Amino acid sequence: MSDNHQTTTDAQTPTGDDSDPIVNVSRSLEDLSKEATTRTTSRSDRTLIETRDLDVYYGDERAISSVDVEIPERQVTALIGPSGCGKSTFLRCINRMNDRIDVCRVEGQVEFDGKNVYDEDVDPVALRREIGIVFQQPNPFPKSIYDNVAFGLRVQGLDDEVDERVHRALERAALLEEIEGRLDESGLELSGGQQQRLCIARAIATDPDVILMDEPASALDPIATSRIEDLIDELSEEYTVVIVTHNMQQAARISDKTAVFLTGGELVEFDDTDKIFENPEHQRVEDYITGKFG
Amino acid sequence: MEGIPMSGDVSQREWQRPEAKVRKERIYEYVLLGCATLTVAITIGIIFTLFSDAVYFFQEYAGLLEGSTADAVREFVAGKEWVPTIEPYSYGLLPLLSGTIVITVAAAAVALPCGLGAAIYLSEYARPTTRAYLKPALEVLAGVPTIVYGYFALAYVTPFLDRFLDLSTFNALSASIMMGIMIIPMVSSISEDAMSAVPDSLRAAGYGLGATKFDVSTRVVVPAAFSGIVSSFILAFSRAIGETMIVTVAAGQNPKMLILDPTRLDENLYDSVQTITSAMVQAAGSDTAGGTPVFWSMFALGLALFVVTFVMNVIADVIQRRYREAY
Repeated sequence: MSDNHQTTTDAQTPTGDDSDPIVNVSRSLEDLSKEATTRTTSRSDRTLIETRDLDVYYGDERAISSVDVEIPERQVTALIGPSGCGKSTFLRCINRMNDRIDVCRVEGQVEFDGKNVYDEDVDPVALRREIGIVFQQPNPFPKSIYDNVAFGLRVQGLDDEVDERVHRALERAALLEEIEGRLDESGLELSGGQQQRLCIARAIATDPDVILMDEPASALDPIATSRIEDLIDELSEEYTVVIVTHNMQQAARISDKTAVFLTGGELVEFDDTDKIFENPEHQRVEDYITGKFG
Repeated sequence: MEGIPMSGDVSQREWQRPEAKVRKERIYEYVLLGCATLTVAITIGIIFTLFSDAVYFFQEYAGLLEGSTADAVREFVAGKEWVPTIEPYSYGLLPLLSGTIVITVAAAAVALPCGLGAAIYLSEYARPTTRAYLKPALEVLAGVPTIVYGYFALAYVTPFLDRFLDLSTFNALSASIMMGIMIIPMVSSISEDAMSAVPDSLRAAGYGLGATKFDVSTRVVVPAAFSGIVSSFILAFSRAIGETMIVTVAAGQNPKMLILDPTRLDENLYDSVQTITSAMVQAAGSDTAGGTPVFWSMFALGLALFVVTFVMNVIADVIQRRYREAY
């Protein structure tokens, strides 16, 4: 994966000069599809999360309108689209983080493993133990690195082998080496990229089925970003990853499936990532991913 | 181009300020500075008179003891008897300090859990509308005159508790309970402010890890707001130490040493006690005013009180600095 990232940066230099690849707007469809094809697809075809006719409202305003998506197990699904298109809202519906917003109202179904998570008898707290989340801004607790990772284990009553689970999670999040012997230091002492990997470690320590990521790399520099991308790639062997991103190259590089949301909370196209970036069905999608719009 | 004076002093621009305006601005500054220094100056004045009058008391007391001033200070700080008005006089601080400790600790036992619980409810559980009514209502408690609390303790709390416990008419228990209730708003209000300042992203992180609301409140928000919560506790302690009317009315005037036997600790509460503050009330109102050391003892007591609360405030400050979280 890191080699892969290298080629991307090289490919950018002739057109983009010294500009950050993330904000580089104008690109050709071929560039993007080149990246998309480097990814091996179809590890499993089982659908883990399925939404049916999902509408989300904030007060009277509709943020998501009749979205149907089938998210496959143990693959990376990217949600892309311009700001305010509802992709973060969609992400937060999956583990009911939207419950915290009073004015938010959800209609339709979000099925996780065949069961609608908005059913009366679903406990959102227990649901979130299966579906973890990593936010845009790294948000470690003002506690030690160790306590950050152990937090989920403790609140979920997974009290046995806490030490071992913490170490394993840090190792999986590719953080253990850098912070070995500093587990007692505050999580806030780490750099932004390390903090985000700490948040990922914290999310995987309890071994959920799904990890939702809301633009996990947008607050990070390109090097930290590429480390997070490598990590996501590895995590998808074991976890189902759903990631919101603003960065087209990132979506092309790391995802198996891509969902394109456009303004109005409408899902315009959902398909294999290669297909989206090589030969999208809709002109609007092509315009968006090549930077002509959005 | 209008507005620019075309005639007169060419060097005078529109954005140059006239001398008079600058002078006026400076006068404002001095007036405001005066306001700021006034309180500081008065505080310094109070501390100065407290010291000089306390020194006068120690000299008088030394004469009574027929010893040196140092003896008098030692006798005051370590003395176990407070007999201010009947000969032979004895001015030992310890029984009064005992009374203050008993009342303060018991009041804190009421106020800290209750205040923290209220703060957690207001900050984490209450809906915005509930909070909008409940918070001001709780703060009304802080506005009730303390003498009202005192009479309430004497007239209602003591007779009620007397049904279950063997209480004196004046006792530490009911005074402590009322004082605890009085300082609940102080604890809840400051703690709630500290908890509300905890960024929402930390709560989101907690919920995202499968924490319940109670987990998030107690394991994320309270630890993150720790410094604010502890300083609310210490301010509440300071307030309890300095509180006068409740103890004067409800706890009586009985200087009594602390019972330190762990199995009989509760007995400290059933009897009448005298705190430093109520002893000062007694000294101030004594008919021998000015004649005997009893009047001047007030200043030594005031100094002791000042030292105790000052130390508490310093501790609060240190804790606040030490545990302040930069989120």
